[in-house]
Amino acid sequence: MSTTEIDRQWTTRLRKRVAGKLPPEKLLPDTQPSYVSSWIYVFGVTTMAALGVVIASGCLLAIRGPQWWHTSSVGHFVNSLHLWSVEIFFFAMVIHLWGKYFMAAWRGGRALTWMTGVITFLTSVAAAFTGYVSQSNFDSQWISTQAKDGINATGAGAFWNVLNMGQMLMWHIVLLPLAAIVLTGLHVLLVRIKGVVPPFEERKEVVATFDERKEVAS
Amino acid sequence: MTISGWFAAIFPLNTLGHYIHWHIIQISVANLIVIVLMIITFVVALFAPFPGRKRRKENR
Repeated sequence: MSTTEIDRQWTTRLRKRVAGKLPPEKLLPDTQPSYVSSWIYVFGVTTMAALGVVIASGCLLAIRGPQWWHTSSVGHFVNSLHLWSVEIFFFAMVIHLWGKYFMAAWRGGRALTWMTGVITFLTSVAAAFTGYVSQSNFDSQWISTQAKDGINATGAGAFWNVLNMGQMLMWHIVLLPLAAIVLTGLHVLLVRIKGVVPPFEERKEVVATFDERKEVAS
Repeated sequence: MTISGWFAAIFPLNTLGHYIHWHIIQISVANLIVIVLMIITFVVALFAPFPGRKRRKENR
């Protein structure tokens, strides 16, 4: 096979493109800019750590099932671990969102990073909601009957029935976690490609005094 | 009384929820506490000194 033929292969082209956009030192950097030395930059990684616990505790719940998480003490513990890791996940994600909003983190060609974050947030809200209606207790029955009118009013009720326990559980344990993990991975890769957004530059121009403005006007 | 018993005595969860109602706004006390905690954490994160920040600045 000639060099030209090798260069034309999709695997070669993809490898070169990925290596060009995301070299190893950018993918796993050993240093960060000095402005990253602030607690406000900690909440993104806190969100991901919480997501890890959510997925791990969710896998444990899936292994043993509802009978176990409703009746045994270990089941109660893992169930609580799942709930509280979700609480920390949203707590940290909302603070991460506020921090990035006030930094205008979409600057410098980071619009796609911002938008993947937005979609991840909305996906997580749907994942949490389907979790609440899949608990298989009176609480989940109450939530689903309260939510059905709202969901039906949007038109989504035609194919997404909150009273359908099987459908909600499948969305909660397969589709939405998969979407959340893929989107989070994409979000982090985009952060690595573009780098962390720098702070706003200090305004250099000096605001003119009232006398100076009057002088210019005359 | 066990630790969980003490905890349940301080934070009784088997009672009706407490709500704050002001004009069109209605929010549970639990949700309000979480929002207030998030705001406090956000402000602290902005101003609390980050470990090693001074050292890093001196090295630059």
